[in-house]
Formats: sequence, C-alpha cells, structure tokens
Amino acid sequence: MPTLTVNGRRVTVNADATILDAARTAGVEVPTLCQFDGLEPWGGCRLCVVDMSQANWDDDWFKVVTACNHPVQEGMTVVTDSERIIETRRVVLDLLLARCPETPLVRKLAFEYGIEETSYTPNPEPDDCILCGLCTRVCDHIGVSAISSINRGWGREIAPPFNQPPPDCIGCLACAEICPTACIPYETSNVRRRIWGKEFEMLRDPKTGEAVITREQAEHFAERSGVPIIYFEKSDRSKRREMARTFEKLQVVKS
Amino acid sequence: MRIESKDQFEALRGQALEIDANRKQQVLVCCGTGCLASGSKAVAEAFASEIAKRSIDASVDLFVKPTGCHGFCERGPLVVLNPQGILYTKVKPGRVEEIVDTTLVGGEVIPGLLYKDPVSGERVEKYGEVPFYKHQVRVAMRNIGRIDPTDILDAIAQGAYSGVAKALFEMTPDEVIGEVATSGQRGRGGAGFNTARKWQSCKDAPGEKCYVLCNGDEGDPGAFKDRSIMEGDPHSVLEGMIIGAYAIGSHEGWIYVRDEYPLAVVNLTIALKEARKYGLLGENIMGSGFDFDIKISRGGGAFVCGESSALMRSLEGKTGEPRAKYIHSTEKGLFDLPTVLNNVETWAGIGAIIERGGAWFASMGTERSKGTKAFSLVGKVKNTGLIELPMGTTLRHIIYDIGGGILKDRPFKAVQTGGPSGGCVPEELLDLPVDYEELTEAGSMMGSGGMIVMDDRTCMIDVSRFFLAFLEEESCGKCTPCREGLRQMLYIYDRLIAGQGRGGDIELIERLAAGMQLGSLCELGKSAPNPVLSTLHYFRSEYEAHISDRACPAGVCRELTAFEIIADECDGCHLCYKACPVEAISGVVKELHVIDHDVCISCGACVDVCPTDAVRTFPKHEGARFNNV
Repeated sequence: MPTLTVNGRRVTVNADATILDAARTAGVEVPTLCQFDGLEPWGGCRLCVVDMSQANWDDDWFKVVTACNHPVQEGMTVVTDSERIIETRRVVLDLLLARCPETPLVRKLAFEYGIEETSYTPNPEPDDCILCGLCTRVCDHIGVSAISSINRGWGREIAPPFNQPPPDCIGCLACAEICPTACIPYETSNVRRRIWGKEFEMLRDPKTGEAVITREQAEHFAERSGVPIIYFEKSDRSKRREMARTFEKLQVVKS
Repeated sequence: MRIESKDQFEALRGQALEIDANRKQQVLVCCGTGCLASGSKAVAEAFASEIAKRSIDASVDLFVKPTGCHGFCERGPLVVLNPQGILYTKVKPGRVEEIVDTTLVGGEVIPGLLYKDPVSGERVEKYGEVPFYKHQVRVAMRNIGRIDPTDILDAIAQGAYSGVAKALFEMTPDEVIGEVATSGQRGRGGAGFNTARKWQSCKDAPGEKCYVLCNGDEGDPGAFKDRSIMEGDPHSVLEGMIIGAYAIGSHEGWIYVRDEYPLAVVNLTIALKEARKYGLLGENIMGSGFDFDIKISRGGGAFVCGESSALMRSLEGKTGEPRAKYIHSTEKGLFDLPTVLNNVETWAGIGAIIERGGAWFASMGTERSKGTKAFSLVGKVKNTGLIELPMGTTLRHIIYDIGGGILKDRPFKAVQTGGPSGGCVPEELLDLPVDYEELTEAGSMMGSGGMIVMDDRTCMIDVSRFFLAFLEEESCGKCTPCREGLRQMLYIYDRLIAGQGRGGDIELIERLAAGMQLGSLCELGKSAPNPVLSTLHYFRSEYEAHISDRACPAGVCRELTAFEIIADECDGCHLCYKACPVEAISGVVKELHVIDHDVCISCGACVDVCPTDAVRTFPKHEGARFNNV
C-alpha cells in the first residue's frame, strides 16, 4: 500500500488508487465534473488537475496531471492548490462559463473560483451540456452504447446515431440521471417513457400495477444476468413484501 | 522466387544490380504527387511512345523509369538522364522528342531545360550541382527519386532489405537495439524520443505479444515528407519495421496512413505484396525463422489521429481520441499490449543505420540530435520542395543556400517550423542551428519538419489565426481547454484582424495560452498556443498596432489596410490594373494609376504584382493620405 502526501498530509491508499482517491482519503477536496465513482476515469473536463512530483524526481520538479485517472505511487507528492493549478482551473471554468453561461452548476463552480462573468465570448446558442461524456460512458458501461459524441472540436455534441431515435436505447434513463447539469430531457409516466425521441412501453408490477422498468431494459438485464425477466418486472416494494413473506414462512422473524 | 537464405538474397541482389547495370541509358521521370500534378505522367508516356516509334530496345538501350518525388517540386516535372546526370526541369510532353533527338541521340544538352540558379543566373547542368541538391545529405530519403517504387528488384539493387539480411543473420535482437542506440536516432515525428530507448522499454514490458506501428498520418499544413517517403520508397519503411519487429520480438505490424495519400496507399500495398512474394515479409523471413507481417490501415481524416494514443484507438476501431498516457504505449498501447509506434521517417532511416552502422549516423548532426532530418521547405522561397540535411544546419543555410532566398528578394520576416503546433522564428535567429532543443528553446519545435518561409508581406496575427483555425477544426473536443480554448482564441484573433481588438486582449491571450498548455489532455491542445506565444514573443508590437492603432503593419489584414499608388514610383506598367479583381484601379499604360478606395477590397493583388514597389499600404482609418486623384 503506497504512502504519499497530499497538500502535506500523509495518506496510505490501495495500490490501484488514483490521486483523486488519495486526496479524498486525506480530506482534500478536488473539484471534478466528468468523474463518477464506478465509471472508468476519463480525464476530459480537466478540472481535477493537480501538481504532482514522484519520489525519484527533483524536489522542485512538478508536473500537472489529472487526479481522476493518475495512479498513485509510493512517495509521491501532490499539491492541489498551487498557484498554477488554481489558475488552470480558473481558465477551464471561465471557458465552461462561456459555453454554458446560464448553467447553475457551472456558475456555482466558477463563482467558487472568483469568476462571476466569463472573460470570453459567450456561446451564442447556449445549452446546459458541458460535454463531460458521463452519459455516453454510462451507456457504454451498461453495455448498450446507444448514444455517443458526434462531430469534433467545438462542434462536438452528444447524439444518437444519425440523430434518429436510437435502436439500441433501452430507456433506462441512466444517461439523464448521471448528467450533472440535468440537460438530457425525458418524459416518464406509469404507462410510457420517452427519451432521445424513442418511445418505450413500461412494464408494470403484476401485483401493485406500478410502472417499474421499460420492456427493453428488462430484456437487456435478463439477457445479461440470466435471471428470468419476471424478476425485473417487480417493483422494489413487491420484492420487499415477497421477501418479508418468505422470512415469515421460514420463521426468521416473529409475526 | 521465395528467398530461403541469406545467400539467396545476395544472389537476388546481384541479379538486380546486373539488370540495373545493363540499362545503358536511363530516363528517370519524377512521378511524385507534385510532378504528377504538373503533368509528369504524360511526360513518361511521351518517352515511352517516342522509344516505340524509333524501335529502341526499351529495357536496355533506353529505360524510362517512373520514380518517387525528387523533392524539387517547384521545378516539376523533373527528368533526370543517367548516366550523364543531367537534370531537366519543367519538362513538357511536347519537348520529349527534342530531348531524345538532341540529348539522348545527339549527346547535346538543351540549355533551356536546365535549371537556372536564381542567385547566379547561370544554368546548371548536373543534378548533383544544383544548389538545391548539392547541400543535401539523404538518409531516410536515400533511394527516393532513384528507384521505381513499384519495382522491388530496383529497390533491392539500391540496397533495400540489406539491413534486414544483416540484422536477421548477423545480429541478435539486442545488438540491433544497441546499434540503433549508438546511432542516437530520435523520433522524426516531432517529439524526438530516443528510438532505441523506446524499443527497449517495449521489449522489457510484459505482455503475450507486442506490436510495431508506423505513423503515416502526416497532417500538418505544408508538410509532405512522410508522403514522399511512402510514395517514393515504401521499401525503406517496411525494412525499418521488419528490423524493429525483430529487435523487440513482434510478429504483427500496421502502417497507419492518411487516406488523403492515395498514391502512398497504392505504392505501400504493392511493396507489401512484392515483399511477401520474395519472402521478405510474412512467415520465415529470408529463411531465418523470424515471422512478421504488416497490414495497412487507412485513417479517417482526423489530424488528431497522428497523436499516438488516438492513432491506436482508431486502429482498434474506436473513436480516434487521445487518452491519458500515464502508462506509456510501449507498455500498454494497441489493444493494451506493448507497442512501438514510430514515424515514417524514423522507420525509413533504420535500414541505413543497420547497414552502415550507428556510428556513421551519429557522425552527422549535433551533440543532442544526431543524423539527418527531412524538411518540407515551402512558402515564400525560390526553391520549394523536400530536403534532407544533417541536424544542426542553420536556418539561414536552408533558406538562402538551398531555398535560394526569398521570392522577389523581398525581406525575410520569419520562418514557421513544426507545423500548426510549432512557432515562428524571426530574422534575428536565422543563424540558429536546427535541432530539437534549439527550436524548442526558440519557442518553436521540430514537429514534422515543415518549414514555411514568410516575407515582409506577412501579418503575424493573420498567420497565427490561420494555424488556430486549423487546430480549432481538428481538435477532437474531448477536453475543455483545447475545445473551448481554441474557439475562444479564434474569437479574439477574429477581433484583432477586424480592428476590434480591445485593451487587455494580449493579456487574455497569454492567460488562455497558459491554461491550455497546462490543462489540455494531449499534445495537440498543449502545443496549440505555440504559434500564438511565439508571434507574441517576437512580434508583440504588431499585436499592439492592431489593437491600439487599428493598423496592420504588414498591410495584410483587410479591415485595417488601404492601398495607394505613389505617383513618383509608378511607371504605368498597367500590371496592377490587370491584377485587380474588382476593377478598382484606373489608368492607362505609361501613366499614373489610381486606386478607388470605395471599390478596393484590400486584397493586396496590386502590391504583389507591382515591379516598382509603387503600391503602399496605410491604415484604413487614416483615409487617403496621398491624394493622387
């Protein structure tokens, strides 16, 4: 287990930890936008930059790296609040604020770094997407890959193939849920769900009648897990009730 | 047909040399992309039909050979006559008959087709005496222009695959790496990483197999060295890769080529096929027991795929985006396996290093940058083209002795090196010896070896904007500083060239540039501010003039510049009248010409054609100062 210092505090973390993990263990806050525990780090937003020096480097030699995906090493020194790091984050936030001048999350983070209005030319057609890529990555992670980024550079955006309702989408809403600026619109009711222009029929709990999941999502999960589809149709409430009844029968709990 | 041993290879080389020696008269017609565009295919065909007409034995008495790029594209189509060594430039098909009659049959040189030295004004007869070629030392490009790239025997006659034979039969893999280490060769793609060290770390990395890749995704505006190598001598690339694969123990390789290089793809494909046919590639190469094969992968048109990690993602069939390289690709590269990725020019030099020895290569160049380097010399120089020189050659030598100086002998202003991520080097640094470190210290870089020469009619803000626009278009958009930063930088430059620059813009540029350098994910974003920072460093007053005076000192930015004809200087040659695209100039021959400012679009065409420098520029907002109406 390597031991390193973050802003002067010594921490010992697992060998496969990232600098971000170490900073959190040390109680040092590092801002992030495109990082999400459970998803492979991506290093796209560049907000989590830190200064890092390895044990065998010259004392005053530091390199700017992203904390989210840089592995820790024994004897590493990490500084998260050096002047150039704060300034780099300021530039990143200033640029994001130009892209998304009205987005509350961006405004809040920028404000924390002393920026109220962007120094740059505001986006003439702003939306709330900060291109953090969480939506496409979670979709890949679930094994669906229904959406992706299209175009490049400043024209980059998130879209389903050919901007048509994506055939592979299972309507799980993971993309919309994970989005830090809540900019992926969807509608959902007890009967129907709609996201990325695609309509889904909701499967309802046979007993309670609650809408639980889309048929496509249930099929996807059933296929990948080998668990019968009927399991995914049940609402959490139904599952708990069933479990309670089983426990009762087994006399695990006294009635 | 298949080579089964070193002896058989030597015998094949002997045969190939014999064929070459028997060709008494050779006509080499440059069929590189540049000369093809100026019609060299028709020239080669004209030679063929002329030979047919005279019933000459084409294989012996007069052999016409289409070759790769000779480099001197400016003067194409080029024809070299061997053994005489005569170079004819700008050869049109209509003059072929005359060449055959006068020179080949009659033994007389045609002076009109010879190269005229722009400095001395004299005609130069021999290829090797033309200043453009005289100063060059060719290693990676050793066979380009000498061989028919589609004829493997021709390449073998000139020494191709001899390095492979030597490595496979006389050297251990470690000795190969040792020889490359002795040569001190560094990556020719721009970053300049030590080749041997890269190979060694890949070899030492754990993994059930490893890969050898060639980066042929050359995308810098104005650079075409890798293109010429792949088109003109694909065998040198294959040879280098086979040797590299042997050194690190790889059995699979890819060449990643820009799809915009169709001739390179064709010639590489032919070379691969021929090499396999002769047992120089594939299973049991030359009977040595070593297996290695190469596939070609065509890029999809993204500049960023020239970046190593993006190239590997693209090869894997994924979106070509860079990723963090905290673990080197020599350890986890293609398909997360150890991978050596080298540039086309790097690979092309390996065969020569093995054959002639690392010490020979290291005897050229400077202390830290050994050997020779290919450059694409373009812009406002008299002799544009592709050159290869020892490292440490000064910019002045390159631009004035090889390039022949600035077009129309205008004053030199700067040379942009290293492509869009490089920088502009000003006149005071003309004596800079060109190597990796010197260029980096000057705020530029070696990059792909592109050199764009600029004269006094170049606005440094306009130049920086050009490169920014290129990079903004090519940024993949994954990381914030590069994606948003380039867009915002472009907004600022649009303001500057439109005369709407604000106080504080220079500081804003500097802050943004620093943020991009430190914050961007890959080298594209990290180095994107180089053109900006180098012009700001050397030509700061030009920026200030654009902002404070609303003036473009070079007289280029249209919104800021007006034109006028100085009465005393104009001799009424009428050239500007003809050049003006909007008929803003009035005047008759031998009388003073006048520009109508209401019609003028400030394109500068009149300045470029005026032989007496009578057209001057002044800041638009000052109005017409010289009232010559």
